[in-house]
Amino acid sequence: MNTVIAIAYLVAAVCFILGLKQLSSPKGARNGNFIAAVGMVIALVATLPLLHFTRAGLIIIAIGIVIGGAVGAVGARMVKMTAIPQMVALFNGVGGGAAALVAVAELLRFGQHPAFAEAFPSVFSIVIGSVSFAGSMVAFAKLQELMTGTPITYPGQQIVNGILAAAILGFVIAVLAVASIPFSFLSLMVLALVLGVAFVLPIGGADMPVVISLLNAFTGLAVAASGFTLNNFALIVAGTLVGASGSLLTKLMSDAMGRSLANVLFGAFGQTHAGAAAAAGKEGRSVRSASAEDIGTLLAYSQRVIIVPGYGLAVAQAQHAARELAELLEKRGVEVTYAIHPVAGRMPGHMNVLLAEANVPYEQLKEMDEINDEFKNADVALIVGANDVVNPSARNAPGSPIYGMPILNADQAKNIVFMKRSMRPGFAGIDNDLMYDAKTVMFFGDAKDSLTKLVSAVKAA
Amino acid sequence: MSNELLNEVTFFVLSIFVGIEVISKVPTILHTPLMSGTNAIHGIILVGAIVIAAGASSPVTIILGLVAVTLATTNVVGGFVVTDRMLEMFKGRAGRAQGAQQNQSPKPAAPVTPTK
Repeated sequence: MNTVIAIAYLVAAVCFILGLKQLSSPKGARNGNFIAAVGMVIALVATLPLLHFTRAGLIIIAIGIVIGGAVGAVGARMVKMTAIPQMVALFNGVGGGAAALVAVAELLRFGQHPAFAEAFPSVFSIVIGSVSFAGSMVAFAKLQELMTGTPITYPGQQIVNGILAAAILGFVIAVLAVASIPFSFLSLMVLALVLGVAFVLPIGGADMPVVISLLNAFTGLAVAASGFTLNNFALIVAGTLVGASGSLLTKLMSDAMGRSLANVLFGAFGQTHAGAAAAAGKEGRSVRSASAEDIGTLLAYSQRVIIVPGYGLAVAQAQHAARELAELLEKRGVEVTYAIHPVAGRMPGHMNVLLAEANVPYEQLKEMDEINDEFKNADVALIVGANDVVNPSARNAPGSPIYGMPILNADQAKNIVFMKRSMRPGFAGIDNDLMYDAKTVMFFGDAKDSLTKLVSAVKAA
Repeated sequence: MSNELLNEVTFFVLSIFVGIEVISKVPTILHTPLMSGTNAIHGIILVGAIVIAAGASSPVTIILGLVAVTLATTNVVGGFVVTDRMLEMFKGRAGRAQGAQQNQSPKPAAPVTPTK
């Protein structure tokens, strides 16, 4: 590696580190993303002079960049904000796939008996990259609702996954020791793809973001391993940075849900326990529902209203209607704040992004720790399309799959208005006692329509 | 262990610590953009994809190279653009909140208190 390239890679690595640093503070986040992109361009440009291109090589690189660039740019531009999570999963998956393919190409080049120091990272990259690719595609399919979003489980699932993992380990050893390359690494790839699918199938609902984050860290590690194969420092450093920060981020995310990572991955959320929870739920309890006029009056003559937005608000694109209602109430002297649960929406921070899009002032967005003590002073908790994040069973039902997750104390408000499409359970697939609370009134309908109705009702009040 | 491998392992280990340290204080509000941003950074595999594609001559390596470059470019471009779109919204709002003097004055204080 010549000096110019080494220095360029060093500059790129510094850009990535500074970019990550800034991405983790609200002030410089956008700047950080830009710095990281600059680092990427530097690394790419510096690599080119080193290479000897064949004619075919030049052509496929050009075609690949044009197609990939178009797909990436158009996909990222067109995607709706509510569909961001699956988009991240998709972009992560293709990165994992690319890492695996790079390792395959290198293994082929090494010939029959590669040195251990070259074979080991290649095989690692093939396995992890393939798991990440397949797992991300399943995550994408689940979130895009191409398949059911609920966990898919069957008896003996953990054993099957264990056998898959053991088979992969066996093949890894075979590839490293025996090294009859062509067939063993193909089988290895197929097994890893199957494991990726099997690994994500039993995970669903609110846990998807955690899995995507984990797979993101996996791809980082696969890229780092490919870096060892190619003896490329840029790949090693950038891949490892992502692997390490992605692992920490995964832990922070599961912490925010009050659960351990192992529980997220192997707990089969919302499925194994759902039966118990549903059985425990008292059927036939009645709920109160109210008209838009009643609720409008209630809101208009309140002093403090806390809006609890959830995924239903995001799906209905109701963030603008929510802001309109809030502004109207504020004009009447009502104090309005938004209570943002850490995992509201489909990804941590997702709700902030959506409300920011609707120009909701920052000062009105309160995080859970900040607002939980305020609920008892609130006249109305207006729950818009949220469910699990206000479900009291997280506090008092040890058998519930969300038991232990910190929730918003919406139940302490003097009145609770629960806006929902139907009585259907939320993401976690469990019943919510808060809907049956004596202080609660239900207001059924699409979040956007309902909010618009409330706006006119408040105007009339 | 060769000298080069030793260097690589050194970079690897140090990068682990830097990676953990550098994002240790991220507020919840930025979890999604940060995940998306790190997702874009592992698009660096495009460098690797170009390296293997450059020397492609046999049908197998040509197909491998083409697919790898395409996937990796999608990762890089899509990753950075989608992250920027997310963050654009935060910034757009901060700008308006500042009104006319948004250029001179610093941005409003952190919108949320960082967790921990």
